[in-house]
Amino acid sequence: MNKVVLSADAAVADIASGATVMLGGFGLCGIPENLIAALVRLGVRGLHTISNNMGVDGFGMGLMLEAGMIASHIGSYVGENRRLETMVLQGQLDLTLIPQGTLAERIRAGGAGIPAFYVPTGLGTVVAEGKETRQIGERMYVLEHALHADVALVKAWKGDRLGNLVYRKTARNFNPAMATAADLTIAEVEELV
Amino acid sequence: MSGKERIARRIALELRDGFYVNLGIGLPTMITAFVPAGMDVTFQSENGMLGVGPAPMAGAADPDLINAGKQPVTELPGCSYFGSEESFAMIRGGHMDMSVLGAMQVDEAGNLANWTIPGKMVKGMGGAMDLVAGARRVIVAMEHQTKEGASRILKACTLPLTGTHVVHDIVTELCWIRVSAEGLVLTEVAEGLTPQEVQARTEARLIISPEVRVMAMVGA
Repeated sequence: MNKVVLSADAAVADIASGATVMLGGFGLCGIPENLIAALVRLGVRGLHTISNNMGVDGFGMGLMLEAGMIASHIGSYVGENRRLETMVLQGQLDLTLIPQGTLAERIRAGGAGIPAFYVPTGLGTVVAEGKETRQIGERMYVLEHALHADVALVKAWKGDRLGNLVYRKTARNFNPAMATAADLTIAEVEELV
Repeated sequence: MSGKERIARRIALELRDGFYVNLGIGLPTMITAFVPAGMDVTFQSENGMLGVGPAPMAGAADPDLINAGKQPVTELPGCSYFGSEESFAMIRGGHMDMSVLGAMQVDEAGNLANWTIPGKMVKGMGGAMDLVAGARRVIVAMEHQTKEGASRILKACTLPLTGTHVVHDIVTELCWIRVSAEGLVLTEVAEGLTPQEVQARTEARLIISPEVRVMAMVGA
């Protein structure tokens, strides 16, 4: 078995317009920047993206935004991307902001076969609006559902032909959880070992 | 000494040996400079690190080593790395002894608003909602009033909330306030101020503690 693909373009070639795509990274740390560039070259549209942030103007997912490829986005913080702020305020992009820990756990649950779970996070805020709440013991909790994607694009430090990955320092962030939560995981690595 | 530094030095007094602490972006980060000598405090960064060290020397930044504010940091001996899902399991699971965050508004019920202004700002809550829901003690560190002179400590928050009944203490350059079931208790005021002067700059009703004293801080 050999999972190695020789170019980023070949790796993303089967991603279709309208796909749900998870992208690893925190800020610009541990983002699959070459896969993002290849996805922009591929020219697919109407993507539903799931990623903690959304790059900055001119880099990372900012490039996908500028190419008009994204129909909707789920994330926790997009404060570094002015273009996104403008697009959302003008209603050009459907943005769902959710707490970062809830985002991480929804992805983990998606990979772990857990359809939904209760958290205390966001109780009494807009995040809990329309969601089932339940008292367990002394405390109230909000029901959150798992996230799943067609494709996860992740970044790792080292990888091998079997698809084993090693992450480096805080470039790990959302990458390992996302790698479990999609039908197809594509990893960009610095070093093939 | 700036008001922000006084706040950081005051909060540093709340640290205890062996604490695991998450600090928000901005002012709270200043606390790391005032950990009392000989005390072991482990700082967590929610992007996946325990044992966060100070900023690197110029030119020595590692792009794979940042804090939750996306600034370059360094490793302290014994530091560890983990994914975001595990990081927030620590936070939500009650393993953080203390979380210090900034705020736009806090109110008499201990409600906190610090993530959005409708129609003006689309940034996101990041990890703030998780931190206030999960940390054992939540301290809000902020300037007492807005730049326009309006109180940030209100009878009831007007901005969208980050959490309800989540704040334990409020620290500003003017005072220390403990959130209790009865309301906001003024326990310390900055040197040179009276409790009444603090109340005059605060919209919320303050219950003046019978033991109210001058605000202490880690030595300058």
